[in-house]
Amino acid sequence: MIDTLRLTAHEAARLLRENEISGAELWEAYRRAIDERDGELHCFLHVCDDPGGDGIPLAVKDIIGTKGIPTTAGSKILENYVPVYDATVIRRAKEGHGLRVLGKTNTDEFAMGSSTENSAYGPTRNPWDPTRVPGGSGGGTAAAVSSGLAPWGLGSDTGGSIKQPSALCGNVGLRPTYGTVSRYGAVAFASSLDQIGPVAKNVRDCAFLYSVIAGRDPCDSTTVELPEAVRVPEGDRLEGIRVGVPKEFNEHEAIEPGVRDAVRRAIELCSELGAEVGECSLPLALDYGVPCYYLIAPAEASSNLARYDGVRYGHRTQLESDRYEMYTRTRDEGFGDEPKRRILVGTYALSAGYFDAYYGQAQKVRTMLIREHAQAFERFDLLVTPTSPTVAFELGARTADPLAMYLSDLLTIPSCMAGLPGLSMPCGLSEGLPVGLQLVGPQFSENTLFRIGHALEQALGFDPVPERLRT
Amino acid sequence: MAEIDREQLLHVANLARLELREEELERLGAQLNDILAAVSKVSELDLSDVPPTSHPLDVVNVWAEDEPHDCLSIDEVFANAPEREGNYFKVPPGGTS
Repeated sequence: MIDTLRLTAHEAARLLRENEISGAELWEAYRRAIDERDGELHCFLHVCDDPGGDGIPLAVKDIIGTKGIPTTAGSKILENYVPVYDATVIRRAKEGHGLRVLGKTNTDEFAMGSSTENSAYGPTRNPWDPTRVPGGSGGGTAAAVSSGLAPWGLGSDTGGSIKQPSALCGNVGLRPTYGTVSRYGAVAFASSLDQIGPVAKNVRDCAFLYSVIAGRDPCDSTTVELPEAVRVPEGDRLEGIRVGVPKEFNEHEAIEPGVRDAVRRAIELCSELGAEVGECSLPLALDYGVPCYYLIAPAEASSNLARYDGVRYGHRTQLESDRYEMYTRTRDEGFGDEPKRRILVGTYALSAGYFDAYYGQAQKVRTMLIREHAQAFERFDLLVTPTSPTVAFELGARTADPLAMYLSDLLTIPSCMAGLPGLSMPCGLSEGLPVGLQLVGPQFSENTLFRIGHALEQALGFDPVPERLRT
Repeated sequence: MAEIDREQLLHVANLARLELREEELERLGAQLNDILAAVSKVSELDLSDVPPTSHPLDVVNVWAEDEPHDCLSIDEVFANAPEREGNYFKVPPGGTS
């Protein structure tokens, strides 16, 4: 009997290698888990048939294009879209390691949201407490990994869509350095921010999956060669590591006491493991990060989403119309509220007379956020903060107020704006729900983040299986 | 910061090729003003000497060799087309904003 709740990808690979289980048995174990639990959780929008072979199954956020497998981006406008080619990350996963796409996971529409409630196909529920959200936009992958429906998965992160759901579901998720992972074949949201990254049950699996997908791709001209190979981390000490604690990110009034306390304990643990811990300040990041993001991301989204016009693929209105009405009705019928809000904000911010005051000014704020982080990294190897100010919140709690939802990503957005890598890992429970610890490093510092994350993980001994599912 | 009125909202929706129903004009219009009021915070900072960032990595002029390589077949290109006629995407005629 394969216990998918506890099985890591690393352990699954060992069982396969030593012929203790077959590839078909492994696949079946996840399919059974999906049949048993996904009716309640709704992690998957599409579950695949076994393509054969003995690769490890992989959950894939429905933002990432998969040849011959529907890819909806959580939107009605792509309801019947079936890509004719694989995204580069999927090609690498298949070709390099024979990974098998288990299914496509739920997401806020076009990855726009922080709870997965903006999916046109209904919300995903948090495996720790099904009355609560799994976070978003990548709530489907995060909930699937933490409930044993997949050993690991891929997400995409624009302002926190890997890190925040990983935090709320008790997973390890990496938003890689901008430019290290190809976005070719993924549905574009905000191209100067979008990154694809891994979600797993522990740091080592997360590091391994990152090594599978990272590297330059001629099909995405923003990608670069990694300056050093990805190392799967070992070791349990932190001597020689300088840990910065940005005070604004650890003292902000929106941070729940239980979250603050769990993160504080993890910071103390860094000291006990031999790291040098000091305080620092990022004075602009929290006041200006979210406003800056909600200008730049919608502006880029309004441009990227112009392609959904009912001509080449995707939904087209059935109403009799001329061409202009065909465009406008197709887009009205196909997009949900959140993409519409962002298209409108973005179009306005880019329109004549407003460009300098909004988009241009936001780009300058972005420069300031980059400088502020660079200054902190003169003294520290990484910064440690909560990933999310709160634990998983109740379904419906923030849906009526877009601005309240936007603040869910208060602590993840600034480093995304600066193009920096961030790892979220569980560091404890508050009210019986996982608390995420965010480790942010300079560009290309993934190996450092993995090393520190792995050492902390050993010391914390967090059990990633939701309490209600333990047997 | 000035509020977006109904006329401006319709103008922006037209630029974005979005038809908004009456109910959406009310609801999205109000939310849009709330969002713009919040993001206008960026204008508090005097950044006249600060260069803008359009891209977080210092990558310039990425060229590719001009070499032919495999591409999608015609049928793959049209596989998701709402309407096809021969090797064309078919759309309804005319119409103006």
